[in-house]
Amino acid sequence: MEFILDHILTLILFFPVLAAVVVLLLPKDNLKAIRWTALGMSIVPFLLSIYLWTQFQAGQAGFQFEEQYTWYAMLNSTFHVGVDGLSLTMVLLTALLTPVALLASFSVADRVKAYMFLFLLLETGMLGVFMALDLLIFFVFWEVGLVPMYFLINQWGSEKGERELWKGVKIQARNYASLKFIIYTMAGSLGLLLAIQLLGVLFKTYDLPTLTAQWTALTEGTILNVPVATVKAVAFWAFVVAFAVKVPVWPFHTWLPDAHTEAPTAGSMILAGVLLKLGAYGFLRLVLPLYPAESAKYAGALAFLAVMAIVFGAFASYGQKDFKRLVAYSSVNHMGFVLLGIAAAAKASGTLDATIALNGAVLQMFNHGLSAAGMFFLVGVLYERTHTRNLDDFGGLFPLVPVYGGILIFTSMASLGLPGLNGFVSEFLVVRGSWPILTVYTAIAMIGLLFTGAYILKGIKQVLHGPLNEHWAKGEHKLTEINLREIVVMAPLMALILVIGVYPAWILDVINKAMMMLFH
Amino acid sequence: MIVLLPILPEILLLALGVLILILDPFLKKDEARRPFLGWFTAVGLLAALTVSLLLARPADDPAFAFGGMVRFDWLGFVFKMFFLFAAAVTALFFMDEEKLNRRAEAYLLLVAAALGMCLMASAADLVMLYLAIETTSIPLYILAGFLRQDDKSTEAGFKYLLFGALTSAVLLYGFSLIYGLTGKTGLYELGVYFNNFNLIAMGITFLVLAGLAFKVSLFPFHFWAPDVYEGAPTPVAGFLSTVSKAAGFAVLARLFAVVFVWVSDDWSLILAILATLTMTVGNLIALAQKNIKRLLAYSSIAHAGYALVGVVAFYGLGLPSVVFYLIAYVLTNLLAFGIVAVVGRVTGSDEFPAYYGLSRRSAGLGLAALVAFLSLSGMPPFAGFVAKVFVFVAAVESGWVWLAIVGVLNSIVGLYYYLNVLKYMYLYRMENQDEDQHPVPVSRPVAVALIVLVAGILLLGTLFGPWFGLATYAAAALF
Amino acid sequence: MQFPFLSVIVFTPLAAALIILVYKPEWKKAIRWTALAAGLFALMLSAWVYISYDKSAAGYQFVEKYDWMPMLGISLHFGVDGMSAPLVLLTGVVMVTGVMISWGVEDRPREFFAFLFILASGVFGVFASLDLFMLFFFYEIAVFPMYLLIAIWGWIKTREYAAMKLTLYLFVGSVISLIGALVMYFTSGQHTFNMLALETAKFTPEFQKTWFLPVFLGFAILGGIFPFHNWSPDGHVAAPTAVSMFHAGVLMKLGAFAALRVGIMLLPEGAKFWAPLIMGLALVNIVYGAFIASVQTDFKYVIGFSSVSHMGLVAMGFATLNADGMIGAGVQMFSHGVMTALFFAVVGMVYDRAHTRDIPKLGGMIKPLPLAGIGLIVGSLVSMGMPGFSGFVAEFPIFRGIWSTHLWWMAIVGAISIVVTAAYVLRVVLKVFFGKMPEEFEHHIPPINWLDKTALILLMAFMIGIGLFPALMVPWVESGVQHILALLGGA
Repeated sequence: MEFILDHILTLILFFPVLAAVVVLLLPKDNLKAIRWTALGMSIVPFLLSIYLWTQFQAGQAGFQFEEQYTWYAMLNSTFHVGVDGLSLTMVLLTALLTPVALLASFSVADRVKAYMFLFLLLETGMLGVFMALDLLIFFVFWEVGLVPMYFLINQWGSEKGERELWKGVKIQARNYASLKFIIYTMAGSLGLLLAIQLLGVLFKTYDLPTLTAQWTALTEGTILNVPVATVKAVAFWAFVVAFAVKVPVWPFHTWLPDAHTEAPTAGSMILAGVLLKLGAYGFLRLVLPLYPAESAKYAGALAFLAVMAIVFGAFASYGQKDFKRLVAYSSVNHMGFVLLGIAAAAKASGTLDATIALNGAVLQMFNHGLSAAGMFFLVGVLYERTHTRNLDDFGGLFPLVPVYGGILIFTSMASLGLPGLNGFVSEFLVVRGSWPILTVYTAIAMIGLLFTGAYILKGIKQVLHGPLNEHWAKGEHKLTEINLREIVVMAPLMALILVIGVYPAWILDVINKAMMMLFH
Repeated sequence: MIVLLPILPEILLLALGVLILILDPFLKKDEARRPFLGWFTAVGLLAALTVSLLLARPADDPAFAFGGMVRFDWLGFVFKMFFLFAAAVTALFFMDEEKLNRRAEAYLLLVAAALGMCLMASAADLVMLYLAIETTSIPLYILAGFLRQDDKSTEAGFKYLLFGALTSAVLLYGFSLIYGLTGKTGLYELGVYFNNFNLIAMGITFLVLAGLAFKVSLFPFHFWAPDVYEGAPTPVAGFLSTVSKAAGFAVLARLFAVVFVWVSDDWSLILAILATLTMTVGNLIALAQKNIKRLLAYSSIAHAGYALVGVVAFYGLGLPSVVFYLIAYVLTNLLAFGIVAVVGRVTGSDEFPAYYGLSRRSAGLGLAALVAFLSLSGMPPFAGFVAKVFVFVAAVESGWVWLAIVGVLNSIVGLYYYLNVLKYMYLYRMENQDEDQHPVPVSRPVAVALIVLVAGILLLGTLFGPWFGLATYAAAALF
Repeated sequence: MQFPFLSVIVFTPLAAALIILVYKPEWKKAIRWTALAAGLFALMLSAWVYISYDKSAAGYQFVEKYDWMPMLGISLHFGVDGMSAPLVLLTGVVMVTGVMISWGVEDRPREFFAFLFILASGVFGVFASLDLFMLFFFYEIAVFPMYLLIAIWGWIKTREYAAMKLTLYLFVGSVISLIGALVMYFTSGQHTFNMLALETAKFTPEFQKTWFLPVFLGFAILGGIFPFHNWSPDGHVAAPTAVSMFHAGVLMKLGAFAALRVGIMLLPEGAKFWAPLIMGLALVNIVYGAFIASVQTDFKYVIGFSSVSHMGLVAMGFATLNADGMIGAGVQMFSHGVMTALFFAVVGMVYDRAHTRDIPKLGGMIKPLPLAGIGLIVGSLVSMGMPGFSGFVAEFPIFRGIWSTHLWWMAIVGAISIVVTAAYVLRVVLKVFFGKMPEEFEHHIPPINWLDKTALILLMAFMIGIGLFPALMVPWVESGVQHILALLGGA
């Protein structure tokens, strides 16, 4: 037990790799064994992270369960991992969503082994980002996570559709989407990479706490014959762009609808559930601590972007005909609130309002992880049966599939921010925290919130209500009810949505303490 | 006996020649045993080599013999040994040439030419030198025109004779002027008269230089070489292009070292320009050739240019590098001509298409050609690389960096056409792609010769230390 | 007397070549197995040298010295430092995998393997030589078999042209360096070609400034430096698979390594003076190479130009003249070596089966050739500098090195290449392995054999291993770089 506790983070982090290797060694044709092994082994990190949660001392400052090993001695980069309240929340989310998504992927029949293998690697990549306390290691996991996602989209994505790349060269839509996804993210990360290199050259260390202290202390003089202030401003934006692409913040969001639309269901779940959080996490873990002054200075710009994301996300979502694109744009909208909270905190770091906004932002990250994953899954369920995502093709399905309808409405309501469900709590906190700090922006965001309601209701209406599309009522196209496996997928998500909505204290306590310690 | 030691190789050669003449009538009736003559000559030459090596090594201090006619020193000795070796190899090549291998005269002329060269290498007197040159040249004129039914061969012999006679006359004129001015004929006594610059000395130098430039085919006295090489029987051309040239350089080196001292001191720029022109002209014209013997002829002109780079450097590593270069060059070019001889015999042509698919027709011959041409182009681990590098080392040592650069640029041009030849052998196919049906058999004497040469080239190219030591030792004995 | 590891490594391929040449041409099996056995033997020894190299002691180890020509101060002087030990290992790896990949050579395999091994001997010799003369000797040995290998067994359309172009370029470069080396030899006044002695020769700054550029660029031509890179894509494309592997994998490193050892280490002042120029050229390599690669439609040209881009990083790293950059360049040499060997192996496998390298005409190869596809993916990730793979371990310090110089803006420009590289390698992977398989290939693509698989796995293992655990290679290079920095005046 002591061993487990001493190495719990590395265990959580690398158990999926072990699982991936085990999966790789299984016979190719035994789909059942592959699926169950992957699922079974992915539950282990989940259980471990629950255990981690219970052992975590919320009131204790700094990082816990730290582990540090030599990695790249010459660059003074160590394999340094540790968690605080912020990362713990994200680790829990990741460890929860992965088995859920794996279970959701049981319907995948094509090259199951490679699929599961990549999925498990993806989990390690995401967990690594949340745990890393070394800037270089952070970057390593940040980039590594792209690869499995890239292949998940272009290998198991929807097979239909073509997109024009340039000058009449057409490629499959999923290839287009995946390429866009990886190129956007990599290009966005370039500035980050360069800034990381510069930091390393300056301070000869990548250890985050040390780096934070030294970098923030550096305010005068020149770096490479350029005034520190300018360098810092440029580096700040380099960081911001990298994370903004991932979040994604308007106007860097255009990869997201494509990627979501083409990704396989479970891929979308993870993409919306966890990958987007990586960007927001980057803001909280790196941008705010490393650039407090710059963040305050440019908070207005960030808030502007956030509001744009909220408003445009909502509008765009409302205008979609494709159910999945609708949900995808809703992610842009929801993640806008996260950024709004962050911007508020950046502007007035250390105040109570800021802390409230941050609490809201982090909780929103968690909540969006649950609801977006759920929504994408439900879209996937429908798509698997009907092979269409066009909203016009549906209509009046509620009587055919009442259970599914119920679940869909429940999840949508969480997404909409119905009081009593989790979305309300976090959005309320964000708005409450931001209002005194960024009044105008928050006010505009509230209008955006209105449209959130509009597009979600539109989605529900087009799918479940209205005149029944007879096509799905009988014959070979008869729509079948959601099955047990699918319900099991949704169950933990719905449970948590409800629990947080009713009793958010258990998680808010951890988040709040972390935020207090981080930003005071 | 002791008195004869300095010319022991020459005496042995003479004896060999006589033996060949005696043997000839006995074998006349027995056609099947005629090849014996070739073996006999080759073995005889090697025996002479061995005996001389064992018995007639010069002392460390050079000594004059026969009233100053010859100088018994290491330079002459080293050259003689290589001449004997090269002659033995050439004798083996002769055995493969139908028009030559049954004729005792051919072997006799070969031996006689070798004898003349040996004397060239050690002559220390103008009269002796001239006699030696003529002893070398006359048998070679005959050998070049040996194939009387072949117009080209006749032309070659005649051309060679005309050019040779003319330049011999020029050379002799130069010699006679020297004698007229100084009253001396001993090379080592003449140095004092030529230790500073004057018009007459310049004129004489020109005359002598012209005469020798013909022998080693320096620009602008190189015109004879391609025609003669093309027409002459291939083994003879090989002999001409290697041993005869080396002998010329031996004389050149000795004259510059002891007689025209001022040339090597003050006039090296002229020599450098001459070297540049020789290399460049040889290489550039070689680029355009379609006949392998003409290509080798121009390439051998270029090689004379490289060797001259060492002569330009002269002191320090200069002369040793020349000696080493010549040794390497003799081995390499003999090998190349040996291969040309074999292919020419089988295909009846020396044009490039005759070489298409050679590596498939005879893998061994292909590999030998690889060694020869890569060594010519100056690639390790073959002798040509080390030889070239040493020449350039010598040039750089004496401050002739630009000459070294010219040299390396030239060797790049060389690389181009040598590689092209290899391309024909390895890459191109025969017209019907039926190389299996057209093997190129290699007779035993030629095989022996080729293997020995390949081994020699590799030996020189890898364990070059001792050989260069020998060259240094030989060059040091000159002064 | 210690076992002479290095001479055995250097001469094993040569001996094998000679043995193979003695075989009858028909004994194809014996030829192949002899080649493989010799390759494995050399690999084992070089792995042993690598593993038992004492990093803490640093310096030159496994030193052997035999007087070869005392008169001129030439000796057969072998030894490895932290810079060359990985490269010796790399050569061993590429040699073995090259033999495995070339198992199917049917046209004159005897000559093929013999030439390939002569080449390998030359390469080993350069990496191990501590004598300037011998370095040239082996350098040239490594160059000329290339001509034959490409011209004889290469791609029929361009082989004559490409082989000649390549040989002439490289020969020009090497002889220009040679002249520089000879001038150094005489100027040093020590009459020795021993590079350890020449390192302490203290040439005057003017001399160094004059001669650094010819010496460095002369070698760097083989490293593919702009504007002398032109031979390399043509050469790669025309060469048969194993030769491309050797060529891009090892030979280009030969140029970079020799440029380092002779140019930078012997003429440090000159290096400092010219470093900005070299960095500029290397930057062009990096960015221009990547862009050109991205518009190629021939599979092999893509890889060929990507090598130009990646070797630019090596030159860049060296030219930064600081620890970060040089260590990165050292690792990059190894990383790029295995990566590009893998690339060319995969290209070869595809080409052998599809008989075309035109990317638009290929597709769906992952089904018949899954391992090759995975190999290409791993290679691509290395190539785009993805963390967790050796490319990142190498490129990151190089960029850091650039940041430490006053030309730091080059890091920003150079970084563009990372995205461009990602775009084009992924495009190739997608199209060739995942696109729709053209009908004519259906059921006509035989699977690869176990030798091919072993080779691929071996190469991938290195890329992933070093990527995950930089400590497997970086300390070696670091110990070598310390010495170079000392020569540069502790900078």
